[in-house]
Amino acid sequence: MIPPTFDYIRPSSVEEAVSALSQAGEDAKVLAGGQSLMPLLRLRLAYPDALIDLDRVEPLRQIRSENGDLFIGAMATHHQVMRDPLVREHAPLIAKATATVADPAVRHRGTFGGSLAHADPAGDLPAVALALDAVLVVRSVRGDREIPAADFFVDWMTSAMEPDELLIGVRVPKLGPGWGAHYEKFHRTAQAWAIVGVACAVRRERGAIEDARVALTNMGPAPVRAIEVERFIEGRSVSDDSFRAASERAAEGTSPPGDLHGSPEYRTHLAKVLTARALTAAAAV
Amino acid sequence: MNGREMGKARRRSEDARLVTGKTQWTDNVQLPGLCHVVFLRSPHAHARITQVNVEAAKGRPGVVGVFSGRDFADEQGSLPCAWPVAEDILIPDHPPMAVSEVRYVGEPVACVVARDLYTAVDALEDIDVDYQPLPAVTDMERALRQSTDLVHGDFGTNQSYRLVVESGDVDAAFRDAPVTIQRRYVQQRLIPTAMEPRAVVCRPVGEEFTMWSATQVPHILRLMLASVTGIGEHRLRVIAPDVGGGFGSKLQVYGEEVLLLLLARRLGRPVKWTESRSEGNLTVHHGRDQIQRLTLAAEADGRIRGFKVDVLADMGAYLMLLTPGVPTLGAPMFNGIYKMDAYSFTCTGVFTTKMPTDAYRGAGRPEATFGIERMMDELAAELRLDPLEVRRRNWIRHEEFPFTTITGLTYDSGNYEAATDKALALFEYDKLRAEQADRRERRDTVQLGIGVSTYTEMCGLAPSRALAQVRSAAGGWEHATVRVLGTGKVEVVTGTSPHGQGHATAWAQITADALGVPFDDVKVLHGDTLVAPRGWDTYGSRSVTIGGVAIHNACQKVVDKARRIAAHLLEAAETDLEYAGGSFSVKGMGGEGASMTLAEVAEATLSAHDFPEGVEPSLDSDATFDPENFSFPHGTHLCAAEVDTETGFVRIRSYVAVDDVGSVVNPLIVDGQVHGGLAQGIAQALYEEAVYDADGNLTTTTMADYLVPSAADLPTFVTDRTETPATSNPLGVKGVGEAGTIASTPAVVNAIVDALRHHGVRDVPMPCTPERVWRALRAAFLEEPEEPGGARPGAAGGLGPVRGGRE
Repeated sequence: MIPPTFDYIRPSSVEEAVSALSQAGEDAKVLAGGQSLMPLLRLRLAYPDALIDLDRVEPLRQIRSENGDLFIGAMATHHQVMRDPLVREHAPLIAKATATVADPAVRHRGTFGGSLAHADPAGDLPAVALALDAVLVVRSVRGDREIPAADFFVDWMTSAMEPDELLIGVRVPKLGPGWGAHYEKFHRTAQAWAIVGVACAVRRERGAIEDARVALTNMGPAPVRAIEVERFIEGRSVSDDSFRAASERAAEGTSPPGDLHGSPEYRTHLAKVLTARALTAAAAV
Repeated sequence: MNGREMGKARRRSEDARLVTGKTQWTDNVQLPGLCHVVFLRSPHAHARITQVNVEAAKGRPGVVGVFSGRDFADEQGSLPCAWPVAEDILIPDHPPMAVSEVRYVGEPVACVVARDLYTAVDALEDIDVDYQPLPAVTDMERALRQSTDLVHGDFGTNQSYRLVVESGDVDAAFRDAPVTIQRRYVQQRLIPTAMEPRAVVCRPVGEEFTMWSATQVPHILRLMLASVTGIGEHRLRVIAPDVGGGFGSKLQVYGEEVLLLLLARRLGRPVKWTESRSEGNLTVHHGRDQIQRLTLAAEADGRIRGFKVDVLADMGAYLMLLTPGVPTLGAPMFNGIYKMDAYSFTCTGVFTTKMPTDAYRGAGRPEATFGIERMMDELAAELRLDPLEVRRRNWIRHEEFPFTTITGLTYDSGNYEAATDKALALFEYDKLRAEQADRRERRDTVQLGIGVSTYTEMCGLAPSRALAQVRSAAGGWEHATVRVLGTGKVEVVTGTSPHGQGHATAWAQITADALGVPFDDVKVLHGDTLVAPRGWDTYGSRSVTIGGVAIHNACQKVVDKARRIAAHLLEAAETDLEYAGGSFSVKGMGGEGASMTLAEVAEATLSAHDFPEGVEPSLDSDATFDPENFSFPHGTHLCAAEVDTETGFVRIRSYVAVDDVGSVVNPLIVDGQVHGGLAQGIAQALYEEAVYDADGNLTTTTMADYLVPSAADLPTFVTDRTETPATSNPLGVKGVGEAGTIASTPAVVNAIVDALRHHGVRDVPMPCTPERVWRALRAAFLEEPEEPGGARPGAAGGLGPVRGGRE
C-alpha cells in the first residue's frame, strides 16, 4: 500500500534521462506509465533506490515514419498507439493487440515502451513485437544500440537491456498490401491478463499463405515465436484444414506456466485452438 | 402533493456525494494529533509464536508505539460469537491480536502506531517474530478424519458442532423410491469485495471514546466493544459514516476495531487504520465454503418424496460473530419452493487454519438454493422432463398460500406460476430451446444451455422469537423516530445502517407517503449511536421489511398525535377529521378555518400557546417493529449460456430475472439491487474463488488472482417483477438485497451443464473456469464410449474445427 523510500528524478529530455540512469546505477527503475511498476512498489515487491520518471520527456511520445519503417516512441501511451493512423495502417496487429490491454484507465497511462521493457510474458505486446520482427532501440551514455525483438526478451521479466540503457523507441517494419493481422487473446475477464495469446500476421497471395508470423503470449518465461507453425503454413492453401494442421504445432518448443487461471496442459491445448483461430482471422482480411 | 411516493423510480438523493467521494468516508476523517496504525500479520497458517521483538521498530523516528499480542493480553478479551447454534458447540478463544499461537495467514501479531503512515509501514519491517510452525489444516474432510493435526489442540477434534434437523419420515420417503439422485456439490470460498476497504478511527475524550468504522452494524459494534473490553456502553459512541459496501463483510466485530479502541485508550491519542486491498483479501471474513452431499428421492412422475442434506461448513480458525449460524440458515431453505414428505438437514462446522467465514450476501440461502435448484435440474434430466415441468409438479401453487413447509416455515404469500410465465415470455424460452437443438444437431463447437432457478428465500431478519429458537443472541426488531420540526420539516431517525442501499431516499419516500409531506421535506438520520441510539442495523435484507415498517408505524403515531392537536385548534371532534395530502380537514366542511396542514400543527406544537389539556407539546414519535414472520421474496431466473467446447469459455448470452419482492418502494433501487446481486451470484458461478494452498497460504490476495467481474463481463440483464404483497407487514414489502445473488448462481451453472449434458457432463465445479469446463468435457469423453457419428468436440484433446466452422 505504501512504497518504500526512493529518490525521484524527473528529467525533461532524453539526454537528461540517460545521464540520470547512468548515474543512478543498477538499483534505479524507469517509470514509464507506472501501470506495472507502481503496484510492485506498493506491494513492496520492488525496492528501487531511485525512480526516473519519463513523464515529461515529450519527444519519446512520438510515432512517425522513419526510413520506411514505423517508429513508435517508448512513451507513446496505449491509447495513443491504438488510435494512431500510421500504426493502424502499417502495423494493425499492434493496434488490435493494444486495444485488448486491460481497460481504458490503464491504456491512458500505460505506455508501449513500458510494456516491452517490463518483459512480462503475460503482457500482450512482447509477443506482438516478436511476431513483427520489431527492433528495440536503446540508448545509454555509451551510445545507441538496436536489439531485435528475438534477442530482447531474455527471460521472465528480463530483457537484454543493460541497467544503464533506456528504451527510447521501437522500429517496426511496415507490412505491405496482402498482409492480414490478428491478435487472439484468451482471458477470463475483460481486465485480466491473457492466459494465452496469439499474435499473428500472414500474407496471402493467390489463395495461399506466402508468409506467416506467429508469436505466443504467456506460453513460457518469454514470448515465443511459433516457428513450426510458420514453417508448416507457408506455401499452403488458405483453408481450415491447413490452419488446423499448422496449429497442431503451436505448442512445440514452449514451456507454459501453470497458475490459478490455467495449467500447462490447458495452455498447451489453448495455444493450438487459438492459433487456428488467429490464422483464420488474419487470413480473412 | 405529487401523488404517492411509494413506487416512484426516484434517483437516489445520496448518490452525487457518494459517487464523487465528496463525503465522509472513515478514511477521510482527519483529527488533530491523529496517529496511524498498521498491523503485522502472520505469514504462517499455523504456528506457535515463540518471540516477538519490537525494539528496532520502536527506535524509528516518528514511531509512537509498537505492540504485540502479549502487550494487550490482559485487556483485549475474546472476539464475540453471537450465534452458538448448538448446546455442545466448541467455541475457541479468539484474541484480537494473537498472543501465543497463530491459526491463519493474516492473523494480527503486532502493530505499529506512528505519526504518519509511511513511518508506520517502514517500522513494520523492523519487527522480528520467531515462529515454530505447526501443521496447517486446510481440507475439511481430512480435518474431521483425524485428530492429530488440530486447529485448536485443547479441543481434541476439528469439529465445532453438528446440527441435525429432521422433518417427516425420512426413511419411509427413501425406501423403495423409484428415483434416487445423489450429488456432491462444493460451494467455494469467496471473498466479499466491497468498494471501500475496512477503516477504523478511534478518538479518546477523557474516559470516553468515539469510533468511526466502515461497518454495517454500529449498534452491534458498540454493544460488543463494551462487552469485550469492559468499557461502559454509555462511554462509547460508534459512527458508521458513509460506508462503501459491505455484502456482509462489515457485519462483524473485527479485532482491528477492538485494538484501535484499546490503542486510543492506552496512548490517549486518536488513531486510524485503513486496510489495503490485499490485507482485506486475507482478513475480511470470507463467505460460503461448504461441501454439500445431497440425496433426493422422487416418484417416477417427478414428485419429490424426500430430501437429505448433509453439509460440511468451513468455519475457518475461529468463530466470529455469526460464523456457525450462517450455514444453518440453509436448514429451513434447502427445500426451496417445493412440497415434499420428508426432509433432513445435517450441518457439521469444521475448523481449518483459514480466515473465518461468516455472512456474505445471501448467507446460507444461496448455498441452499444452489443445492435444491441444481438437484431439480438433475431430477429433470434423470426423468427426461423439462426442468420447468419438474418444478411445476412440485412447487407450492399460488392458491395454497399461506403454506407451511416441510421445515416448518410459513410462506405467507407468493405466485410462482405468474413469475415463471412472465420470465418465460421475456426470455423467449421456446426459441432458445429450438436454437439449442439446432446447435446440437449441427455439432456446433459453441453449444447453448438454458439454466433455470425458481427460488425463494427468507429475509427480513428476523422475528426476535425466531432468533431465540435458533440460539442467536441478537434481537430482530428495528426502531424509528420521526421528529416534526417547528417548520414542518421532518427528521427520520432509523436504526438501519445503509452502506449503499439508498435508505436516505427510500425512507424519505415511505415517510412522505405516511405523513403526506413532500419528499424534499424529509431528512433521514442514521449510522451514529448518538443520533440513532436504538437499532439492529442492516443485513439479511431486513432494512425495508423491518426498519421501513418501523418508520411507517412511527409516522402513524405522529399523525395520531397531530390529529388531537388539530381537532383542538379546528374546534372539531377527532373523529370528524380526515388526514390527506399532509392536511387535516373537517369532514363535510370546506373553506377557511376548516383545515390545517401538518406544518401548521407543528408550528402550534412548537409554541404550545394554545394546546389541548393533558397533551404533551410534541409530535415526535417512536416505533419499534418486531415482525411476526420472515418475508419470502421469490422469482424465476432464466439464463442462456454459450459454452465454447474447444476452450471451455462460458459467455452468458441473456439473463432474465423476474422477482417478486412484494410491494416496491423505489423500482430504480430495486433494479440496482437485482443487478448487483446478479453480478455477485454470477461471479460465484464463473469467476471468484479464494484459493488456499496446501500450506494454508492464500494465493488470491490481489484482484489479478481473485477475479471480480466488471460490467464488461456481464450481459445486459432483463429484469421485471410480479408484485404479491407480503401479508406480514403493513407495507407489503419483502426485501430485495440478496435475491439476485441467491437466485443467479444455480441458474448459470444449470445453463452450463444443460449445454454440455448431451456430451455426458453432469456437473462443473465452481467457479466454472474455462479450464474446468474443458476438463469436465474431457472427463466425460474419457468415461463414455464415443457416440455413433463421433459427436465429440475438439476439447477431447485433439483440435476441433475453428470457430464457426463445421466438422
